Amino acid sequence: MPSILVVPVGAMGDLDLTALSEPLNEVFRLPVSIHIGSPLDPQAAFDTFRNQYNSTLILTRLLDRYGQHDGKVLGVTMNDLFVPVLTYVFGEAQLSGTAAVVSAHRLMEEFYGLTPDPAMEHDRLLKESVHELGHTFGLVHCHEPECVMRSSNAVEDIDLKDVGMCDRCRSLMEGTA
Amino acid sequence: MNAPAPKLPSLLVVDDEQIVRDSLTKWFRQDGYRVDCAEDAAQALKKMTEGPWDVILLDIKMPGMSGLELQKRVHEIDRNATVIMITAFASVESAVQALKEGAFDYVTKPIDPDHLSHLVSNALKQKKLMDENVQLREQISDLFKANEIVGESPQILKVIELAKTVAQTDTTVMIRGESGTGKELVARAIHANSARRYFPIVPVHCGAVAESLLESELFGHEKGAFTGAQHRRKGRFEMADGGTLFLDEVGTIGQKMQVELLRALESKQFSRVGGNELIGSDFRVICATNRDIEAAVKDGSFREDLYYRLNVFSIFIPPLRERRPDIPLLAQFFTNKYATVMNKAIREISPTAMDLLVQYDWPGNVRELENIIERAMVLAKAPAIQPGDLPFQFGSKKASALRGDTLDAVERVHIENMLHRTNWNISRSAEILDIDRVTLYNKIAKYGLKKP
Repeated sequence: MPSILVVPVGAMGDLDLTALSEPLNEVFRLPVSIHIGSPLDPQAAFDTFRNQYNSTLILTRLLDRYGQHDGKVLGVTMNDLFVPVLTYVFGEAQLSGTAAVVSAHRLMEEFYGLTPDPAMEHDRLLKESVHELGHTFGLVHCHEPECVMRSSNAVEDIDLKDVGMCDRCRSLMEGTA
Repeated sequence: MNAPAPKLPSLLVVDDEQIVRDSLTKWFRQDGYRVDCAEDAAQALKKMTEGPWDVILLDIKMPGMSGLELQKRVHEIDRNATVIMITAFASVESAVQALKEGAFDYVTKPIDPDHLSHLVSNALKQKKLMDENVQLREQISDLFKANEIVGESPQILKVIELAKTVAQTDTTVMIRGESGTGKELVARAIHANSARRYFPIVPVHCGAVAESLLESELFGHEKGAFTGAQHRRKGRFEMADGGTLFLDEVGTIGQKMQVELLRALESKQFSRVGGNELIGSDFRVICATNRDIEAAVKDGSFREDLYYRLNVFSIFIPPLRERRPDIPLLAQFFTNKYATVMNKAIREISPTAMDLLVQYDWPGNVRELENIIERAMVLAKAPAIQPGDLPFQFGSKKASALRGDTLDAVERVHIENMLHRTNWNISRSAEILDIDRVTLYNKIAKYGLKKP
């Protein structure tokens, strides 16, 4: 049976990935397992000039190692991600593919010089995880203001949307549209 | 009528770095765009023929042709293309140059995703507004034109009623009538009162286009379809999507095109000249002809099946000479029109001049009337148009054109015309008319002619 495999990428710090398990299961109605053991080493994706990690290379690494997994693979990292032409990304996914990666780096209040807010940060990470996994199910960006598939390039945008999909995106994902 | 399906916004990425092309393509695809990319100027120009693209992202620094030069070439192909330049920090100066030459904006690499997203959505919004603006302007002028059906005669009222009735449907209409009776005006009135009014009405003057060009005019063509076809071009059928196609002088179409036309009208599908792709278009057809098309069907020069396909609902516009009560209204309408256009204080037509207009036979119909009023307005002095302001040939033609009038009536008009020509010089008029001055004075008294 297909499932969602959540893989830590690099050092996780205080981040608890198990908290993602239940809500992801609720949204996608698939079993969710958390990879136990040593995290995926992101060093090969590190760009010394930009001091960031190339998310496309991390996706490649995830596929190299977990490409045979039946279902979807979500890499989660504390490191700051980029794609070469953009200054940063919150995450990257293969559209209608297997793998996705999200970064919690810019989801943290501390990054913006504010006091940490674990509950809010957990919500953001969950929303971005659902969003990137949504792409692997073939969903593109949605214009519904509260749909999780709405494009967000700033944390404020993430805070405005829901964890779940709008009816249209859900039926597209479930193939009932 | 079915509204055309919304099309995905399209975007062309031109950059020599594969990683940039790949990541932007992926990023915009996730945003729901139709994206394609090109690695250099040559490929970009080739892709232009597959456009139009809503937004083009151009790297300013590429080997071979630079982004700046490419922008110029792109604008030669599509004047309205929205170009966003991608630059490195070092080339901000050339980005400014690009803006001067018509780029929408520029971004520096690496691009802030939030900024890029807003920029592209703003560019799309602006393009949509511009396209809409052009379309609305055309529609407004179409609507104004549609209001110009002037007349109160039972014949023209019948035409207006028929036009209004058929406008509500999607039925094919054939408008019949002599040259200059206002067939295109009636077609525009039908379109303006139909559910398709917010889409364009696209006229094709079949008689004015050479047979060999008509095919590409109607169906469009692909790049290289024939010598001189440098770019892909949309045909009239495609342009009329959602709206109305007006085929003027449809009776002049040659045999080969009649077959093509029939096929396209029946299936609402066609291919561009030199192309294989079947293109669908949702249009309504209104056609017009001044030819005896039934005779053409009989002698075999017009296909019978096409005739029946076009002649579903027929509206006949009577010639002006058969609706003389409309002549004063039309003459007054054109007088007001040209008084405004020429900024002249002439708002009237003298009763004698109006008599001449009403009695004339108008072989050129309303178009001729409009031209004669325009000419008279150039010559006339305030406050009214006088018989002398009407063309000389008009005066001489009218004698034969009068409706079974008496010899006296003909003589009266002729003398009056002569007096205007000579500016009421009695001796000169008598000399030209070859009568003596006393006889002329008697005739002036008899007909009650007065110097204006």
